[in-house]
Amino acid sequence: MPDRTDHRILRHLMADPQAPNAVLAQRAGVAPASLWRRLEKLRETGVIAAIQNRIDWRKLGYEVQVSLRFTLDKTSPRAFDEFMAAAREVPEVTEIQTFLGSVDLRLSVIARDMAHWQQIYRDRILTLPHVSDSDALMLVSTIKDSGELAL
Amino acid sequence: MSGLDATDLAILRILSDDATRSAAEIGRAVGLGQPAAWRRIKRLTDSGILAGRRVIVDNAALGFGVTVFLGIRLAAKGRTSLEDFERAVTAIPEVQTVQHVLGQFDYRLRITARDISDFERILRRRIMTLPGVGQVEANVMLSEERRPGPLGAS
Repeated sequence: MPDRTDHRILRHLMADPQAPNAVLAQRAGVAPASLWRRLEKLRETGVIAAIQNRIDWRKLGYEVQVSLRFTLDKTSPRAFDEFMAAAREVPEVTEIQTFLGSVDLRLSVIARDMAHWQQIYRDRILTLPHVSDSDALMLVSTIKDSGELAL
Repeated sequence: MSGLDATDLAILRILSDDATRSAAEIGRAVGLGQPAAWRRIKRLTDSGILAGRRVIVDNAALGFGVTVFLGIRLAAKGRTSLEDFERAVTAIPEVQTVQHVLGQFDYRLRITARDISDFERILRRRIMTLPGVGQVEANVMLSEERRPGPLGAS
């Protein structure tokens, strides 16, 4: 179980994942050797699942980002599995979440422009299986995206 | 695609999965020497395509068992109301993501809470009291999967 020192380290790490370990140790108030040991343990036990690079899709020419929300026809017991397997085949899908609520599933989809979006929507999204209803939220701007926890 | 070749895309694919890989390891994976891999990574970083790091933690292991996605519709719209709402909502520590969207809602939020009653407290005391907030829809997340995106065949 992560203790309070681990929580403090994680809080500083999540607030500034770019910071070198020496800086992180200083901010969290632990010796560098102890920080290294604790980070190793947090990774081994899966508390830190991954440290990934973010990709700025706009810089790669993907100007359009859409949040698609689906309600599935749950009369088929394999509806979720088959929908998700089909969604994984669409390269422009960057996130898949499942929910308890009025929405069953959500996809984040990126496209180069509106014409490209229209093509993905017609050819790849409308053909996904077991959909009973869907709606789209088009991203205007991201105001906050921190991944931080109120530790 | 901004002058990127298949090797650049392969590097992006590796780093978007694990940012802690060294230039030497990445070089070996894509068939380049360490210096050549390092130069490409530097170019991808300088151009802003590699846009910083993200730490993915096991929220449940840290006592945050509940993630909720909220759709929020503002009751009144106008530039001032958007700014007031955005300033107030970004200050809530449990709110991880705030996106301004077009569609059935005006904003989508991602919230992490310790449990359902903690979420209820955040919803009542912090979200419902936001300036201009109208209709709110909540969906509790059950699972999440991040995909590599269009970076070529994996």
